[in-house]
Amino acid sequence: MPAARGVTNERGKPIAMSSWLLLTVNSVTFGGLLFLLSAGFSLIFGLMRIPNLTHGSLFMLGAYIGATFVGGMLGVRFNFWLAALFAALLVAAFGAVLERFLLRQLPGQQLAQVLVTLGVSFIAADFCLMVWGGDPINVASPKGLSGFLRAGPLVVPYYRLTIIVIAVIVAIALWLLLDRTRLGAMIRAGVDDPDMARVVGIRVSRLFTIVFALGAGLAAFAGIIGGPMLSAYPGLDQDMLPLALVVVILGGTGSLLGSFVGSIIIGFIYNFGQAMLPELAYFVLFLPMLLVLLLRPQGLFGRHVP
Amino acid sequence: MNPRAIALTVAAVLLLSVPYWVPGVYYVNVASQILFFAIFALGLNVLVGYGGLVSLGHAGLFGVAAYAAGYMLHLGYGHPLSIIVALVIGIASMAMFAVLSLRSTGIGFIMITLALGQILWGLAYRWISVTGGDNGITLHGRPAPFGFELDTANSFYYMTLVIFAITIIAVAIFVRSPLGAALMGTRDQPRRMNALGYYVWAIRFWACLFSGLLTAVSAILFVYYNQFISPQTLALTSSAEVLLMVISGGAGTLFGPIVGAALVVVVKNVVSGYIERWNMLLGAIFVAIVILMPEGLVPGSMRLWRLLWRRRAKAPAEAKP
Repeated sequence: MPAARGVTNERGKPIAMSSWLLLTVNSVTFGGLLFLLSAGFSLIFGLMRIPNLTHGSLFMLGAYIGATFVGGMLGVRFNFWLAALFAALLVAAFGAVLERFLLRQLPGQQLAQVLVTLGVSFIAADFCLMVWGGDPINVASPKGLSGFLRAGPLVVPYYRLTIIVIAVIVAIALWLLLDRTRLGAMIRAGVDDPDMARVVGIRVSRLFTIVFALGAGLAAFAGIIGGPMLSAYPGLDQDMLPLALVVVILGGTGSLLGSFVGSIIIGFIYNFGQAMLPELAYFVLFLPMLLVLLLRPQGLFGRHVP
Repeated sequence: MNPRAIALTVAAVLLLSVPYWVPGVYYVNVASQILFFAIFALGLNVLVGYGGLVSLGHAGLFGVAAYAAGYMLHLGYGHPLSIIVALVIGIASMAMFAVLSLRSTGIGFIMITLALGQILWGLAYRWISVTGGDNGITLHGRPAPFGFELDTANSFYYMTLVIFAITIIAVAIFVRSPLGAALMGTRDQPRRMNALGYYVWAIRFWACLFSGLLTAVSAILFVYYNQFISPQTLALTSSAEVLLMVISGGAGTLFGPIVGAALVVVVKNVVSGYIERWNMLLGAIFVAIVILMPEGLVPGSMRLWRLLWRRRAKAPAEAKP
């Protein structure tokens, strides 16, 4: 379970004011990570109309590869951020290959594509188990971010603050990319009506590869920068994938704003749920999804029902 | 007798005589596993094959029924009551699943069932006071209906075979019934069915309940067979395994899921004896089947057979002129 360690699980005891604040900080942090994970998922889904079931695996691969880089490889220890960048690029390349050579073989066959991504996610999970073993690997948090920011009663670890800042920067960058650039306009056109986009001369299949690689890279990046909080362990993929699914069902597919709002909501519900109802924490995630499915099937900010 | 009747008779004789021609008790148990997983696969096939609704959360439903049976027995209730409660809870959770996931079809259905299945898995894993968490629930003893002890491999096999036979007949009747025909209609032409005055949602809902019933039946057999249930049973891997059974054998055919169940159970039992990498193989088989034989083994080999047969019949005719 992706748990924000050391702050939750105050079973039955009254929770002090500072704990509430800490929980809030953790929720926003976790929401930021979820956004990095689900933004790519949502775009891939919106554009290619397939739920990419390897997305959890990409997150886990990022965490493991990043942990290896940070922990030192061939005697060389990488800087945390450099490691995160390399891991993201590696996994993005893997995503591009996956899209190009497997998914491309099954054009328009959504079910077949879903099953292939599912098969690949099993292979990836077993591969991680084979290479890195069954014990969780902890990732040291980046140097220089071990302190706390104190503002009145609020105590925020710099590391968590950094994650929040990164998530916001990525959100703005993605928004600029989608809303202000030519590539973004093409992606939006592809999301709204792939056939018409093709007709007007957009190479939608190349967009598929770009968006898939981008989504894979973002997921892997989230995996490594979330590493100090969640660590890398077998089953991380199966913990994260449903969260991405819930965020996207909640926020609406193909919508960046939806992913952002959905991630923050799920971040809060998850962390507060864990603090107050530890046994049912996973289950309470179900509630917003249920409400959305019943009242607004296209999601909060989605334009069409998946 | 036509070839179909002969094949069915041979299959029935082979199944009835399993304990006499397999080399040992271990293989009788493998046969029992094949049978109850075949019931599970037949249940999923009702949705995947005939309804065109691919569920990736069926292991969650399977697990709910299995936990219900396990927990009731654990609390000390009798077998009949536990079985009835497990069936009711299994079907009720399928109904909830259906209400939520039938809001969409196709990819949306897959996504919602996947999320629901994962939530049930999370519940089994974390709701320790009921499910025992990672330790699961361990049971003692199988039921003894009409004084017929089920503790030996053979007796359990025959009970499973009886239930399996009933299931096949039930599914065959369902497929030929008006409801089955309507379900296939909603799979192929939902709009036209709607225009013809069929209530598409209700047809799908009833199909879901039937699928849920078969799932619950196989889950109860599973609990009695293993006398143990843990969250691993509900994992996405399990949902994928049963989907692999359906798709590898041939979705939308009566015998495809049975062949698929046999394939997956045998490969899993045999392979896990030699290597640890079962999940990797599962994934690879998945990818290979989807790319190479997307229609499944049973229809795929039938097609190959017909192709060969026709070619052989044609060859002398072409040689003449």
